[in-house]
Amino acid sequence: MELFTYARAASPADAIKAAAAASTAQQGAEVRFVAGGTTLLDLMKLDVERPSRVIDINHLPLAHIERMPGGGLRIGALVRNADLANHADVKQGYPVLSQALLSGASGQLRNMATTGGNLLQRTRCVYFRDTDTPCNKRRPGSGCSAIDGFNRTMAVLGTSEQCIASNPSDMNVALTALEAAVVIRGIGGERQVPIGDFFLLPGDTPDRETVMMPGDLITHVILPPPQDGARSHYLKLRDRASYEFALASAAVVLATDKGAIRHARVALGGVATRPWRSPEAERVLLGKPATPATFAAAAAAALRDAKPQSQNGFKVELAKRCLINALTTVAA
Amino acid sequence: MSPEPAAASPSRTAVGRETVRVDGPLKVSGGARYTADFHFPDMLYAVPVCATIASGTIAAIDAKAAGAMPGVRKIYTRDTIGKFYRVPASGGGIIDERRPPFEDDTIRYYGQYVALVVADTFEQATAAAHRVKTSYRAAAFDVSTALSPEETPKVKSRRGDPNAAFDAAAVKIDHVYNTPIETHSSIELHASVATFDGSHFTLYETTQAVGNFRDVLAQMLGVPKENVRVVTEYLGTGFGGKLWPWPQSLLAAAAARDLRQPVKLVMTRQMTFESAGHRPHTRQRVRLGATAEGKLVSLRHDYAYSRAPLSSYAENCGESSGFMYSTPNLSVSEAFATRNVGVPTSMRGPGAVPGLYALESAIDELAVALKMDPVALRLRNEPAIDESKNIPFSSRHLNECLATGAETFGWSRRTPAVGSMRENGAVLGWGMAACTWMAARWEAQVSVMFNDDGTLRVASGTQDIGTGTYTVLAQMAAELAGVDVGKIKVVIGDSSLPPGPISGGSMATASLVPAVAQATREAIRNLIAAARESDSHFANLPVDRLAFHEGRVHRTDQPPGEGRRFEEVLASARLGHVEGRGKSEGTFRNKNPTVSTHSFGAHFVEVAWQPEIARLRINRTVSVIDGGRIVNPLTARNQIEGAVTMGIGMALFEETHYDHRHGMPINSNLADYIMATHADTPPMEVIFLDYPDTHLNEMGVRGIGEIGLAGVAAAITNAVYHATGVRVRDLPVKIEDLLASSVA
Repeated sequence: MELFTYARAASPADAIKAAAAASTAQQGAEVRFVAGGTTLLDLMKLDVERPSRVIDINHLPLAHIERMPGGGLRIGALVRNADLANHADVKQGYPVLSQALLSGASGQLRNMATTGGNLLQRTRCVYFRDTDTPCNKRRPGSGCSAIDGFNRTMAVLGTSEQCIASNPSDMNVALTALEAAVVIRGIGGERQVPIGDFFLLPGDTPDRETVMMPGDLITHVILPPPQDGARSHYLKLRDRASYEFALASAAVVLATDKGAIRHARVALGGVATRPWRSPEAERVLLGKPATPATFAAAAAAALRDAKPQSQNGFKVELAKRCLINALTTVAA
Repeated sequence: MSPEPAAASPSRTAVGRETVRVDGPLKVSGGARYTADFHFPDMLYAVPVCATIASGTIAAIDAKAAGAMPGVRKIYTRDTIGKFYRVPASGGGIIDERRPPFEDDTIRYYGQYVALVVADTFEQATAAAHRVKTSYRAAAFDVSTALSPEETPKVKSRRGDPNAAFDAAAVKIDHVYNTPIETHSSIELHASVATFDGSHFTLYETTQAVGNFRDVLAQMLGVPKENVRVVTEYLGTGFGGKLWPWPQSLLAAAAARDLRQPVKLVMTRQMTFESAGHRPHTRQRVRLGATAEGKLVSLRHDYAYSRAPLSSYAENCGESSGFMYSTPNLSVSEAFATRNVGVPTSMRGPGAVPGLYALESAIDELAVALKMDPVALRLRNEPAIDESKNIPFSSRHLNECLATGAETFGWSRRTPAVGSMRENGAVLGWGMAACTWMAARWEAQVSVMFNDDGTLRVASGTQDIGTGTYTVLAQMAAELAGVDVGKIKVVIGDSSLPPGPISGGSMATASLVPAVAQATREAIRNLIAAARESDSHFANLPVDRLAFHEGRVHRTDQPPGEGRRFEEVLASARLGHVEGRGKSEGTFRNKNPTVSTHSFGAHFVEVAWQPEIARLRINRTVSVIDGGRIVNPLTARNQIEGAVTMGIGMALFEETHYDHRHGMPINSNLADYIMATHADTPPMEVIFLDYPDTHLNEMGVRGIGEIGLAGVAAAITNAVYHATGVRVRDLPVKIEDLLASSVA
């Protein structure tokens, strides 16, 4: 761990001003906001994150969940994962989100981790976390250790020659299926970014993971009103029963009309470099009968472009079974 | 602080009674001091710098920038750490990593210590350790998992003509089983807090053997044993990983020696994966030959294990193969392959646990080949004696374990066809395996004192590694003296006490029995002698007119209940206490035993397989243990449940992965090294047969620390086969393996 200064932000504007001095909001950021700290402090102890300034935002008034006029929810960035998962409106209108949150981490971590922090959760790639090995995400241009190394848990979708690190979040997968929007305040004012545009593919710049710029502060996440008659579900598959990142997960939102699928949103987790919306699967589902054959075709479409590595080929089949089962559950 | 006597409770027949841990209140209130909890004024913090190559030599260490960082007191390397000595092969104590840290510039495994930073705070030391620049001349290394023996395998046991019998057998099984490197992952990290007063060291350590630790550190520091005291009041468990000292303790002691200030060194989790031992990789070929009726005619068990440079650790996988089943023809052979990994060590059930995974898997495969029930197959091959030594067993009730387990589990309802049992939409798999573990005694000494405050003190230089030694010692003394458990004060975890047994090999409890018994009886004799000299109606009575019963001295002509309590006797004799000393002899020096002493057991497991999501979970387990007389059914059940949980991890999750380009254990944290969680533990039924084995000691106590893990992995993989049709011969069972199942 490096020496750093610590300050408590008095207001969002105060926090934004302090962070705007950094040269990047991505890997290597000199200024970091700390909320729950469940990712940041861990990575600082490993010397992966080495900010010289840490701005504590825990006291900002961003810890509320509000109903939006016309439906939908506005979730403060500091709402803890445990509180979000157990909120009555979330359980009622967005069960996929509640389920995703409760499948992640442990009770203690969920009590600390925040909505905004979870959006920015970093990969669990073992090489990213080990500063004695090459990693393009941590040290651009140094190489990817995972491609020829331990890659059992890494991504098969959205990978590049430079990086195959999987996004570990459960929450983000559900938010992607729910078409959430991220509200960001920065030096230029406030903007809303659809979650599908928030995360970047690694490409040649795996150190850049999101659209966050210096000074940007996530203030809220907005959930659109629940789809009429839709059901949603999150299924997470992993080696053990608890406290493990997904080997494959699926968040689905499905509505049927007279047996035909009229609304489908599909997102996969644990298998991709970012929370993975699958328009290919959605296109297969739309208008089709909710049958095992349809679901199998959707799963095949979702994984068609998968690029397995030496140890993670099983994730292709596992993700298919995961998606088929999640769809079967909501269609039942 | 040792546990204070709790409120008195009735104690008659204390041994065998369910007794809550005497140290429980201290543990749940935070009052129990674990090693890293010790703080002293002016304490400094040490953080090692670890090699980032797996083989080669140190070219240079540049500590200039690190040394200038805030709070840094000193950065030690080979040139400045001071003199260390090796431990002699005989008589100096036991240590697996015999090379003292910093002895030369050669790097033999990733993470080997190359320097030590000492600073005012842990954070300062950690930051500076990251800034120490070490350059290396790297050499080729090998961390591969394909084990081929380096030398001609050594025959460990042989009888008859196993090759000819195998060739001629009607039914044959010939398979290779692999178990991966597993790393002990106790929640309490290894820690050392070292103090030095100019001549004497006091070392607060995380050890399962305070006496051995003292001996080894005295050797390595070059001081007499009397100048070293080792304290482990409580241990956040060890599983064998804390049996013998590791290099960080010597570094902490050397820094304290040089700086004359207390030094605390707590290893990181990553360091424990690199340089605090592991269960080595094993590759085991098992060949079984049987008649068409299921009578074994040949058993061959040829195993190899990985080991480290400068290590002589042997993973004795064939330990139980010679006596587990009856067969006229047998051979067991051992080999090793050197890998550039940290030094391996004992992990719960060393040898037998991986060995029985292979053997009990092969027996199950034989049952399938014979179309025979696996319980019936084992019953058919029950030996009358230990055929490897041609001596009877002291107490073997494996048949009853098998029968009781089958009955409790409902085994008769099992349909043998793969995938043939269903429940709630899942495919059920039922599997079972037998198990065994040695029973023996270490040497042990105990002091028992009657105190004038009404307590009975039991002291020995053993330790409680979380298994309940404080409690069972109190129970034994309560039983022998007829004093309430709540009045007994157990003092252990300090090398300055009478030498006690190590907490390893499932032997501490059995080892302590004779010493406690002898010490208590001597203390009673001394109490009666004191009574004769007291100002009481006992004064000057002949010894044979006085007796002791349930804490009271009485005249033989009066009812025992009318005697005087021992504290009154002591007061009237103006004595603070009387003491008795006792000693247990070890059993290892007996080269010609007349009986073969082992524990036995059987595990039955139900798995649930959901092919549609490739999910395998354990539904329930039944374990029947023939472990001698059970001193405390509560802590004993806890031991077996913990072991079965560990077995679930061994079967399904645990594997230390080494990076083939860098050589480091790459999943060296508790998120990436997958072990069983609470959510993975099913309802477990544990049954103790409770047959006293009085060959080992008068209470008939053996030991139960390890038997509960032996056989569990095979019972699970056998159940996995029954559910999925996939026979996993390389642990752990992975989703990757199960996706091949054709059971839908």
